[in-house]
Parts: sequence; C-alpha cells; structure tokens
Amino acid sequence: MARVIVDIMPKPEILDPQGKAVQGALPRLGFGQFQAVRQGKRFELEVTGPATAEVLAAAHQAAVTLLSNPVIEDVVSVRAEPEPSLEDPTTQGPAA
Amino acid sequence: MIRFGVVTFPGTLDDRDALRAVRLAGGEGVSLWHGDRTLHGCDAVILPGGFSYGDYLRAGAIARFAPVMETIIQAARGGMPVLGICNGFQVLTESHLLPGAMIKNNHRAFICREQPLRVETSQTAWTSAFSPGQEIVIPLKNQDGQFQASDRTLAELEAEGRVVFRYQGWNPNGSRHDIAGITNPAGNVVGLMPHPEHAVEPGFGPDSAAGARAGQDGLGFFTSVINWLSAGAAA
Repeated sequence: MARVIVDIMPKPEILDPQGKAVQGALPRLGFGQFQAVRQGKRFELEVTGPATAEVLAAAHQAAVTLLSNPVIEDVVSVRAEPEPSLEDPTTQGPAA
Repeated sequence: MIRFGVVTFPGTLDDRDALRAVRLAGGEGVSLWHGDRTLHGCDAVILPGGFSYGDYLRAGAIARFAPVMETIIQAARGGMPVLGICNGFQVLTESHLLPGAMIKNNHRAFICREQPLRVETSQTAWTSAFSPGQEIVIPLKNQDGQFQASDRTLAELEAEGRVVFRYQGWNPNGSRHDIAGITNPAGNVVGLMPHPEHAVEPGFGPDSAAGARAGQDGLGFFTSVINWLSAGAAA
C-alpha cells in the first residue's frame, strides 16, 4: 500500500478569495504576524502496490487533467509517501 | 421546429427554466441526461445553471467528463450552437471549448441581482437578435463568477471581438475586463454567468421600463439561435 500526495495551489498572479478570507480572520484570533495566506488543495491517492514511476506519472497526468485547472492553478508537487502507521509509536514519520 | 437540448447533471437547478424559456421563444425543449451519449436529434444545446456534481473539486470540473459532454464537445467543434449559463459556462471553460476560468467572487459572497449587461457583438449564434452596444437586464446569481484569464488570452478575446457581454454600471464579482460572457472563434459556443432563462416571461423577469418584473431580455438568446439555424438552412 502506498500513497501519492498531490499538492495544488492557485497561481500566484490570481487573487485567492479563500486565502484572503482566512487572512482576515487570523488577526481577530491574535495571529497578527501572518501578512498573507493562500489556500490550496492536497489530494491523497492510494494505490494497493508500491508507488512506482508509472504510478507517479499517472498521478501527475490525473493532476493536470482533472485535479487542477491549469488556467488558475499550479500542480506544485506529486510525490510518493509511505503510509505512516500512526498506531506504532516507534515510527518517526515518513522517511522522505 | 428547432430542438434545444437542455442537459441535466446531478445538482443542476435551472434545467426546467431553460426548457420553458426555449418553448416561450418558439423552440422545442428536449431533456438530455448527463449519462446520455446521444443528443436525440437536437439542433442546439444548453448547459444550464446549478451545482453539477455538487461543484466538488471546482465548479464544472466533474461535469466536464460526463458521457453527454463527450458528444456535446464533438458537436460544438462541428458548429452546433451551445450555450453555457452560469454553471454551464464553468463546464464550457473546464471543457476548453471556451478559454479562461471562474473563481470565487472577489467579495467572497453569493450575489443575486438584476444585472445590466452590454451586448458587445451580435456575431454569435446566441446574440444575433441583439444589436451591438444594446443594454439588457437579466438576473445574476452565483458565488464563483469571477472570470479569470491570462493577459494573452484576454488580449486575444478583445482583438477577435469575442467578448460577448460586459457588466454595466458595476462589476459584481471582479471579472477581468468586466467580462460577463464570451464566445469561441466560430461564434457557435457562448458562455455567460447571468441567466437569460429567468427573463423570458412577463411577471417573472427583472423590473423593466414596461413595469415590475416585466423584463424579457432573455428571450433574444433563444430566438437568436432559431434565426441563426434557419438562416443557415436557407443558405
């Protein structure tokens, strides 16, 4: 079992209304130190086998055809992540 | 009689209104289901407003891959008149039949108002009944209505006369160049955020000079197609 993580962000030149809304709320809670907030999307795609190069290529293809709209968004990363076993306290989190 | 197909996706809201608008304009309305692969002999297609597939992921992003869209995309490339209204406009941009994309309104709120528009061109299947520069008023109601496109795309749209409608008086959502609607190079595919199908019948439209709720400026969209197709058949 492996997991592919896809991160997508609104393009820098495009106003991000959701990020702006979050930015407006932060100072009201005392978080005045953050000058800007941008909000993106994270997808977790699970595969039964290992995250091979083919799987990553397919994930990238899915990212540019369905998961993102290239007019307004950038795919900032497509990467494999071994599934962390949260129950096991000896696990120090994903290696890479 | 011209047959207008009106697509229903899961989450579509305005399909019945669009079917009624088509009938009031003198056409025949045909319901199309998102799972259909045939257009049942339709001469034109309307993608109505709503929240297709819950608008999850992005507005229109999942609807764009519905079986009926494959057929519609082919037909649109072949010249069939296609109108995308609100969510339907978002489906058309996601389908790459029209450039650009819609993001959340710049003020971040849902908006519902009677919206004045300037018709910029009558050289499309859906605006041939209007004159360039004509002002019309039809309802606008959405949350993701801010039209965005790259500088290069905007320059192309402007240079080729493909901006079909511009917001008049006040830009209600931050759309670039006040753009409310655009067309493809052939003029058969048009998308816009405001709703012509809600301004087709006295008593149920926007206020107008003729009286309260008397506005019928939306009718011209549908009579335009009837004229456009009839002229094509006669030519």
